[in-house]
Amino acid sequence: MKKHLDLHAAYQPQSFSFRSAEAVKDILSRYPEGRARSAIMPLLDLAQRQVAEDGAKANPPYGGWIPRAAMDEIARIVGQPPIKVYEVATFYSMYNIEPVGQYLVQMCTTTPCMLCGSDNIVKACQDRLGIGLGETTGDGKFSLMEVECLGACVNAPMVQINDDFYEDLTPARMVEIIDLLEQGKEVPVGSQTGRLNSQAEGGGTTLKDAKVRKSGT
Amino acid sequence: MPKLTIDGVEIEVAPGTSILQASEMLGVEVPRFCYHDKLSVPANCRMCLVEVSPGPPKPQASCALACADGMVVKTNSEMVHKARKGVMEMMLINHPLDCPICDQGGECDLQDQAVAYGFDRSRYHESKRAKVDPDVGPLVKTVMTRCIQCTRCVRFAEEIAGTPDLGLVNRGEDVEITTFVEKAINTELSGNLVDICPVGALTSKPYAFTARPWELRKTESIDVHDAVGSNIRIDARGGEVMRVLPRLHEDVNEEWISDRTRYAHDGLKRQRLDRPYVRDAQSGKLRPASWEEAFSVAAEKLLSVKQGWKAALVGDLCDLESMVALKDLMGSLHETNLECRTDGAFYDASSRAGYIFNSTIAGIEQADAILLVGTNPRREAALVNARIRKTWLNKRVKVGVIGEVADLTYPYEHIGTGPADLENLIKSAGGFAAVLKNAKNPMIIVGMGAFQREDGLAVQALARQCAETFNMVREGWNGFNVLHTAASRIGALDIGFTSKDGFDLGKVELVYLLGADDFPMEYINPHAFVIYQGHHGDAGANRADVILPGAAYTEKNGLYVNTEGRVQMARKAVEAPGEAREDWKIIRALSAYIHRQLPYDDLFQLRERIAREWPHLMQIDQILPAPWTVFGLPGKVAGTSFVSAVQNFYMTNVITRASLTMAECTKVFLHHDVAEAAE
Repeated sequence: MKKHLDLHAAYQPQSFSFRSAEAVKDILSRYPEGRARSAIMPLLDLAQRQVAEDGAKANPPYGGWIPRAAMDEIARIVGQPPIKVYEVATFYSMYNIEPVGQYLVQMCTTTPCMLCGSDNIVKACQDRLGIGLGETTGDGKFSLMEVECLGACVNAPMVQINDDFYEDLTPARMVEIIDLLEQGKEVPVGSQTGRLNSQAEGGGTTLKDAKVRKSGT
Repeated sequence: MPKLTIDGVEIEVAPGTSILQASEMLGVEVPRFCYHDKLSVPANCRMCLVEVSPGPPKPQASCALACADGMVVKTNSEMVHKARKGVMEMMLINHPLDCPICDQGGECDLQDQAVAYGFDRSRYHESKRAKVDPDVGPLVKTVMTRCIQCTRCVRFAEEIAGTPDLGLVNRGEDVEITTFVEKAINTELSGNLVDICPVGALTSKPYAFTARPWELRKTESIDVHDAVGSNIRIDARGGEVMRVLPRLHEDVNEEWISDRTRYAHDGLKRQRLDRPYVRDAQSGKLRPASWEEAFSVAAEKLLSVKQGWKAALVGDLCDLESMVALKDLMGSLHETNLECRTDGAFYDASSRAGYIFNSTIAGIEQADAILLVGTNPRREAALVNARIRKTWLNKRVKVGVIGEVADLTYPYEHIGTGPADLENLIKSAGGFAAVLKNAKNPMIIVGMGAFQREDGLAVQALARQCAETFNMVREGWNGFNVLHTAASRIGALDIGFTSKDGFDLGKVELVYLLGADDFPMEYINPHAFVIYQGHHGDAGANRADVILPGAAYTEKNGLYVNTEGRVQMARKAVEAPGEAREDWKIIRALSAYIHRQLPYDDLFQLRERIAREWPHLMQIDQILPAPWTVFGLPGKVAGTSFVSAVQNFYMTNVITRASLTMAECTKVFLHHDVAEAAE
C-alpha cells in the first residue's frame, strides 16, 4: 500500500516525547558509541507503540502510528537530520506514518493467499466495515490495509491485526473476528480451524508413531 | 598491492582501489550513474556491472568491489552486456521519453549510455509513474519523473554541502528524491546538484530552455566572484554568456563552484557601460561621448591636477594586466597615491606571507586544528568552507571560531567574538589553546572581517603572534592564512598597488577608479574629478565625471591571483558590449593622450613587462612560497566584535548586484537566513 507522509497535516500533533526515558536509553545502549543512527528503527517502533497505548484509551480510539513530531524527536535523539528518519519510516510498511484505526487489519493478498481466496476475505471485511483498503472506519476502530506476503502461506488465507496473525480464514470467520474485536472480546490467534501450527489440514500425516512432544507441553 | 587482469591487461593497484577505478586507469570505460569519484559509493544503479572470476557466476558492481590479487575482470563480455542491458531497461521503464524537451539532452549520461545499452523498443505496457516536482528554490529546477534514483544529489548535499535536506523516501516504484519539507536547498553550492545529476531530473532553473550544449562555444577561464579563483568553463552562444560550469582543479575548487560563480552571469547583460560618457559642465548630467572626447577630458585633468593630488583605486574584479598598466600610468605622472584595499581593510602589505593563504586551499586537508578569526568562510569563500568540511568529514578536524556565530556545516568551538578573545587564547593554556598546541599542523584563517576595522594592523600582528605561539610556521608547513574576498586583491598587493603612508581621499582632486565600486563614494572629495573605468553602471559610474567603459571578466584575457597567491589565466569568451574595450587597452590609449605612452602594444608585451619586475606572476598555476617575516603593527585592539566581510553571499560586487538571479536568491535564502539567526 502506498504510504503518504504529510508533514503539515492537521492531524499531526505539535510535539512528542517518549514516556519512558529508560526505554530510550536501553535501546541506545544496544549500539556502539557513534552508531546511534542504528537506533532509528527500534525508536520508531517504540514511538508507534506509545501512540497505540494512548490511542486505545482515547475516544474515539486510534491505533499506533508515528507522528512527524516523533520522527523529529528521534532525529534529535540519534543526532541525525530529520530526513534520515523520514527515509526509514517511509520505507518500511510496518511503520504507520498517518493515523490508523485501533485495529489495523493487514490483509495479505500475495499469490498463496490469493489462490486460497484472500479476495473473498478482503470483500467480507469491506462489506462488514463499509470501508475500502487504506481507509479507517468512522468510529476509529478499524483500518484495512493490503500488504504483501507475511510469511504464513501454509495457513492461507491470513490477516495480521496489530501484532497477531489470524490464519485459515473464511469470509464468515473473518466477519466474526471483527465482531468480537468490536465488542472488545478475546479472539484466539493463529489458525481459526484449530490446526496445530502448520500441520497438514487433516492432521499430521508423517512421523505418527514417533514419540513427538505435543505442542505446548 | 593486488595485481589483477582487466580485459586481458594486467595492472597493479593500491589496496582498496575499486575495479571501476582500476579500469579507468587503463582507459577502459565503465558506464555508471550513481558512482561519482568525489562522493561515497552506494552501488545502487547497477550500471557498472562487470564479470569477475574467481567468484560467483553473476555480474558484480565494479564501483563497490575492491580489487583483489589474481582477479580476472571482463568489462566487455556477453554476460556484462546482457546484464547492463537489463539494468538499462529497468531504468527506462519509468523514465519519460522527453529528451527533445529536456535541458539535459545532448549531455545526458542516460541518453549516451542508452545508445550503447538500450533496447530499440519497450517491452513495458503499463503506465509510467509520474512524480510531483518539489520546489527547491530559484536555482535548481526539478523534474522528478526523470529521476533514476542514483542518489548522487542526496550524497552531495550531505557530504559536500553539509546541508542534509535531501532524502530518498518511500520504496519500490514509489521511491522519490525530495526535500520533504519542500524548502529551498540552502547551500551556496546547490548549483553543483545540476552537474552531478546524470539525467535531467535536476537542471538549472535560470538556464532552462535557453540553449543546447552543442550550440555553445566553450572557453576555459577563471572565476572572479571570490578570491578562490575557481576554474570555470564559460559557455557562450553568440555574444551572450549562457552558463558557467566548473572545471576540475584538485587544488582549488575540485570540481565544484559556488552558486555566485555559476549563476551571477546574467548580471553581465544588465546595467552595462557600453560607451564612454562625460559629465556635462552645464547640466551636471552624464552624456554619451566619443572615446576621443572622453580621453581628451580625462587627459586634460590628469595633466592639470598637480602631482600628489591625484589618486587611483582598483576594485575587486580587476585583472592583473590592467592594474599594472594603471600603476605605470600613474607612475609616469610620479603619482604614488595608489590603493587596492577599497574594502576598508587595514593590514600590512609589505610582507607577502602576511596577506596570502600560505597553507594553500588543498593544504587545509593536512590541518588537524583550524582557528577561524573574523571570517565566515561559508559566505566569503564557499569552496574553502567545503574543503574544511571535507577535512572534518575525513578526520574530524577541530575547528575554533573567533567571530560571528553561524552555521558553517561542521561543528566548531566558539571561542569568542573579538580581538580580546584572540589575545586571551594566545595567553591561555587550556581549551582550544591546548588543541592548537598539541596539533601537528595547526592553522589560522584570518578573514577580512578581522582587518576591516581601525585596529586591523594590531589584529594582524596578533594573528602573527598567534601563529608563532602555536608553532604554526615551520619548515614545510605554514599555517598562517588570510582569506580574501576579492579576486584582484593579491595581484594588486603583489604589484604594490598600495600607498605606504596613505592619503586622504577627501582631499585629492582627481580620482581614477578602476572598477572600484565597493566603498562609500562620499569618501571622495566632492569637488574631485573622478574618472571611472569599469563595466557596470554602479556606484562608481554614478559619481564619475568621465566614464571609460571596460570589459567584464568574461570579455578579456587576463591574469588573476587567488587568495593562495596562485596565478591563473582567464580567457575571453565573448566580446565586450558596444564600444567597451579591454581595460589595459583603455589605459594604454589614455597614456598616449597624456604624452606618456606606455611601452607595450599588445598583451604579450605587457605580460613581458610584468615578468621583468615580478617573475612569479608569470608562473601560471604556481604559488610562490612567501618567506616568514615580521608584519603587522602590535598595538591596542578595540573591544568590538568581528563582523564577517560578506553579509549577503549573493550580493558582493557590481555583477551580482545587476543579476536578477542573485536578487531572487537574496529574497529566498537570506530571508531564510534571518529566520534561522533569530532562533
